[in-house]
Amino acid sequence: MVNILVPVSTIWWREIIRFYRQRSRLLSAIAQPLVFWILIGSGLNASFQPSGFNEDIGYIEYFYPGIVVLVLLFTAIFATISVVNERREGFLQSVLVSPVSRGSIVLGQALGGTSLALLQGILLLCLAPLIGIKFSITSIIITVGVMALLAFGLTNLGLIIAWRMDSTQGFHAIMNLILIPIWLLSGAFFPTVGTPIWLEWVMKLNPLTYGLAAFRSGIYKNAYQQMENIPSLTLSIIIISIFCVLTYLGATLTASSKRI
Amino acid sequence: MSNHITVENLTHTYDTRCALDHVNFSVYRGEVFGFLGPNGSGKSTLFKILSTLITPTSGVINVFGHDIHTEQKSIRKLLGVVFQRPALDVKLTVIENLRHQGHLYGLRGRQLNYRINELLIQFDLNDRTKDLVEELSGGLQRRVEIAKALLHSPQVLLLDEPSSGLDIGVRRQLSEYLSILAENEDISILLTTHLMDEADECSRVAILDEGRLVALGTPDELKSKIGGDVVTVETKNSESLSNAIEDKFGVSTTITEDFIQIESTRANEFVKDIMVAFPDDILSVRLSKPTLEDVFVKLTGNKFV
Repeated sequence: MVNILVPVSTIWWREIIRFYRQRSRLLSAIAQPLVFWILIGSGLNASFQPSGFNEDIGYIEYFYPGIVVLVLLFTAIFATISVVNERREGFLQSVLVSPVSRGSIVLGQALGGTSLALLQGILLLCLAPLIGIKFSITSIIITVGVMALLAFGLTNLGLIIAWRMDSTQGFHAIMNLILIPIWLLSGAFFPTVGTPIWLEWVMKLNPLTYGLAAFRSGIYKNAYQQMENIPSLTLSIIIISIFCVLTYLGATLTASSKRI
Repeated sequence: MSNHITVENLTHTYDTRCALDHVNFSVYRGEVFGFLGPNGSGKSTLFKILSTLITPTSGVINVFGHDIHTEQKSIRKLLGVVFQRPALDVKLTVIENLRHQGHLYGLRGRQLNYRINELLIQFDLNDRTKDLVEELSGGLQRRVEIAKALLHSPQVLLLDEPSSGLDIGVRRQLSEYLSILAENEDISILLTTHLMDEADECSRVAILDEGRLVALGTPDELKSKIGGDVVTVETKNSESLSNAIEDKFGVSTTITEDFIQIESTRANEFVKDIMVAFPDDILSVRLSKPTLEDVFVKLTGNKFV
């Protein structure tokens, strides 16, 4: 067990210390979503009532979970993009020729990214009372747990892309082409209810939809017994757990097969 | 347990391009073994294969009794690797980089600290331990890099172009240090280089050209392939002049672009003779002791670039 724990924790620890020494990264991952939230949230608040949601939830409140997930997504991207360069001409070269298995390397990296994303997610969670969301201990535990699972899955998704790409430009292209649309169609921006049937299906097949649903269930644990019109908490947690396992296996497989 | 590294019929192709073509050699403990070759000779591919970064298309590699295909993990424990591109995290301090490396090899706690201190003293780095790597000079970074590779006391040290980016003084120091290290610790050191002076310091040198191993031996053995000294003539019309020289003096010549090389056991007289015979065709004449570059030119007919 020690054989795995020591390398995994040292790889995790490096991600944390690097982040601490480049604190401007904190700003870059949080600032943009926050500006989105304030501008788009305030702008649409007057004219947009999310369908299928309780009437006292305005758009600025509806958009809030989406913004938290966007911060998790951005942190996952920023935490994994360095793999692209480090793999071929940098620090990762010496990790790759060490006896540590690819699965342990990926696990350390994924846990590092997860910790950073979780830290920023929790910072954002502190803003929730400002828009009238009241937490109980249970809802905080559920919400933080859901964020941790989501962060782990998204970091692994980032790693799958990063271990495959030969340039950071390629990574950015994938981010715009795949990751942002996945976020847009997760119920972060608009609810599933009332969308055309094809779009509804796209959203139902999107694993991030269940991440958003679980997060909403978590923060409203106090206020509503069960949010209607979104997948249940149990189903959502099952699906994001499967998402975590699959993306981790995918990232390990990509790291193992990639020619340097 | 076999006590050396053997490579047999090693071949590697990228898509259709053949980077290594049936390469064979053995490396023993205590020696510094150099791969000398120009860019594109296949030495980088060879380095990547030996460091287990890529799997060769075919061939047998055995490192101290372990087969590279079936016992990759055992081999990785035996290897210390120094890459051409820095593999240090510049946002980490010297000691943090070393600790990280130790943890990857399962070292920790007091045992790891002891080993780190040993290397810091050995590499004269103990007053820089808390400095971020980005604050160190290129030469110092290279020292940290080598200390890092030696941390787990490897049996084989692999270095890819170790002296690239270092000035000549530091380069000499490094060569000397590697020779002492190989002998004292009884480990095998393998390095790639395109620098003649670095190859000259190796115990044995393998010359690579276009994926083939064209010669192998001690630097002196290789140079003795050249009979005597080397006369290099610079001219505008190398083709016709070389024919004329061959006809007149009955010697063989090698042409590379505007230069004609002739090996001669009585070179100082020969210089005088050709100057008298072809005063108008010759731009310059140089007489030199044979170098590994001359050996390369003689064996491959290519210029070393």
